[in-house]
Amino acid sequence: MRLSCPICGERDIREFYYQGADVALNRPAPDAGDDAWQDYVYLRDNQPGEHRDLWQHESGCGSWIVVSRNTVTHEVSGAKLAKEMKRAKA
Amino acid sequence: MVDLIAKTPMNGFVPLKLGNVTLSEMAAGPITSISPFNDTGKDLSAALKAAHGMAVPAANRSTGKASARAIWFGREQFILMGCEAVQGLANYAALTDQSDGWTIVELKGAGAADVLARVTPLDLRSHVFKKGHTARSDLMHMASSITRTGDNTFLITVFRSMAGTLLHDLQRAMEGVASRG
Repeated sequence: MRLSCPICGERDIREFYYQGADVALNRPAPDAGDDAWQDYVYLRDNQPGEHRDLWQHESGCGSWIVVSRNTVTHEVSGAKLAKEMKRAKA
Repeated sequence: MVDLIAKTPMNGFVPLKLGNVTLSEMAAGPITSISPFNDTGKDLSAALKAAHGMAVPAANRSTGKASARAIWFGREQFILMGCEAVQGLANYAALTDQSDGWTIVELKGAGAADVLARVTPLDLRSHVFKKGHTARSDLMHMASSITRTGDNTFLITVFRSMAGTLLHDLQRAMEGVASRG
């Protein structure tokens, strides 16, 4: 399997480290309350379809990237820098 | 005052020739890691050009020539190798002296890309990975930097502490390629 790093281009999977769903980009404020934090830490939807994961191009450029994939078709549809995704939200 | 004798990471290593590929250690001279501050790219590039005659390398590229090179070394980071960085660069970037921190070897010969193909997942075909291109990638289990410096020449960098492992892995790959004739 190969992933496309926005900086380095298409690279072998062994260069990447897998972190999990991209929830870390939606971290609630420290005073957001117990419910928001309960959601953030424990609750996942696990729906079929489009899914976004955080990967780090560990032995490449070092960037954290958000990779979109479809859990039904296994299609990998794109990758963006986590930094830019986070900035776009702010 | 004690007169200390500098040892290179592969101290005393005699160039190894197997088949049509030669592995030799390079004396890199000073190595400085340069991480540009936010929004100083153009000023830094101008300062680097004025002082050392080379531009700041784009991602996955290197600039300069054999005597001194600037090699992209990761996101928003590159190294200056072969010359002492002028202090003026510190106005635009964080400088860290990393001299002696890296093992630097050159792999040269018609089968050099075939040897590397056995130890790294990079696409090294000459129309994809051209002269001046560089990449951070795995070399077996080591983090490495690989730069094509000529048609059949690659500059390979790993941590200084990995010198022995690098030699072991490259030698095995070279033996494998050589045995196929």
